[in-house]
Amino acid sequence: MVNLLSSPVRLGRGGPRSSGSMPTSKVRKRYWITFAVMLALALVFGFGLLAWDNPMPVGSQGFWIIAKMRAGTILAMIVVAACQAIATVSFQTVTNNRLITPSIMGFEALYRVVQTGAVFFLGIAGITFFTGIGQFALQVAIMVALSVALYGWLLSGKLGNIQIMLLVGIIIGTGLGSVATFMQRLLTPSEFDVLTARLFGSMTNAEMSYMPLAIPLVLVAGGYLVASSKKLNILALGQETTINLGLNHRRETMVSLFFISILMAVSTALVGPLTFLGFLVATLAYQLADTYDHRYIYPMAFLTGFVVLAGSYFIMKNIFYAQGVVGIIIEAVGGITFLIFILRKGRL
Amino acid sequence: MITLNDVHKKYSSTVAIGPVTLQIPTGGITALVGPNGAGKSTMLTMVGRLLGIDSGTIEVAGYDVATTNSKDLAKIVSILRQENHFVTRLTVRQLVGFGRYPHSKGRLTKDDEAIISRSIDFLDLGELEGRYLDELSGGQRQRAYVAMVLAQDTDTVLLDEPLNNLDMKHSVVMMSHLKRAAEELNRTIVIVLHDINFAGHYADYICAMKNGQVVEFGTPERIMNDEILTNVFETPISVIDGPKGPLAVYY
Repeated sequence: MVNLLSSPVRLGRGGPRSSGSMPTSKVRKRYWITFAVMLALALVFGFGLLAWDNPMPVGSQGFWIIAKMRAGTILAMIVVAACQAIATVSFQTVTNNRLITPSIMGFEALYRVVQTGAVFFLGIAGITFFTGIGQFALQVAIMVALSVALYGWLLSGKLGNIQIMLLVGIIIGTGLGSVATFMQRLLTPSEFDVLTARLFGSMTNAEMSYMPLAIPLVLVAGGYLVASSKKLNILALGQETTINLGLNHRRETMVSLFFISILMAVSTALVGPLTFLGFLVATLAYQLADTYDHRYIYPMAFLTGFVVLAGSYFIMKNIFYAQGVVGIIIEAVGGITFLIFILRKGRL
Repeated sequence: MITLNDVHKKYSSTVAIGPVTLQIPTGGITALVGPNGAGKSTMLTMVGRLLGIDSGTIEVAGYDVATTNSKDLAKIVSILRQENHFVTRLTVRQLVGFGRYPHSKGRLTKDDEAIISRSIDFLDLGELEGRYLDELSGGQRQRAYVAMVLAQDTDTVLLDEPLNNLDMKHSVVMMSHLKRAAEELNRTIVIVLHDINFAGHYADYICAMKNGQVVEFGTPERIMNDEILTNVFETPISVIDGPKGPLAVYY
């Protein structure tokens, strides 16, 4: 009788056979080179945002005073990039679908309704009324509560099924979107104008006063998801394989979705809707990293997210003088980059 | 040994499985056969705890699958379903490596790597281990999945139609690999088969199901018989003496 533990192992041709996250040393090398390039790009863009168009000479006291004023935007970008990257990668993993993003689950529609509702019921004063850390916490709480209710209800029932959950999420999102559109129709032009500024995903929406709440939330939720990379690698194989390998599929899915909803809620409440960003970042990260392992996907996705955000912000601010409205550039340039990648590689 | 005691699963007022009471002995290959919709795959998924049961108990090697901790069961019984489609892009070796998860929790040791290597070699996938799954033919991919459940190193292995979509050559290769796994690695293999002749030749026991019930259980010699097969499959079948044992003719 042969035993899997005791019989001799045939040796591989090129050194020891290993089942690591990177199948060959070539793939590993390419990953770290790409990582270094993205890191360099991130640093260049980050420094560019601080230094470009800064009237004071680099290194002088005045330079740092101006840079400090701009650093808040960079902090917001770091937080948003982390939220969108980690949330989308994890969401695609637990739903076993590389074509969707968590923002379709009603987060953005809910944000629109809350913002529109504030203007609709309270007038222009509503916008100013609806600022501060209180309203930020409230918005995050409402979004998380809505999605937890949805996940909890749909995944624990007898028909517990992720496809149905997604469908219901999209329908609720569309419904909330219609409510917001209806209210917008009834606004006066000046009210509508004030509101529109809030409804474009914009880095300048981010108030520094939100950060003491946003950063710990992102650290906890993102930290949990990154720490469970190994479990997520298994969840990506689907429900049956996950159960076969001894993980509690429903519990892992629910916990992951809970933390994903926190990340999405923080990002949306902080800067507004950025529908395409998460999807773009996750897909690009998979193309760049070329591995299944979440430990390597997450850092790459985060860096990609920051580079995309900082790059679009830089272009909007210094070329189009439309400070902060990054969504437009992300969708145009990001979409084209995405198409080029897909057409070149021919797979997701 | 797998013991099913009065197992019942109800889908609607007309569709139900059971009550099934059955003992599948340790060692060898047990083939589940029967017409479409007989409940073979459902029964297999219930034994593999992928599907809950309404009443009764299922025990694998003395462990109740409903109450035993899932992560402990993953070291006792492994199950491979019919359709496997992963969104993740994996090489053969990475896939087989996932089979070690119940033991390694994702941190592969030297022993884990050695077991992965042997499982790959056992199914003749050594040359292909660096290939991505989407670069393999259907038969090779199916072998990679089986290598993964072998690497899980469980005494009991449940396979849901592993011959699905395989041509004659690959079916024969797959069955001889499984036969060797049962004999050399001392595994208990339960397998859903569509071709009664494969069951008759390779299996040590045949379990025939019909309308959610087990109607016959026994050695191939006993089951490969005109009367029993005609009754199970509800189509005239005559068993003739072939060059390699009994052969069911059904057309």
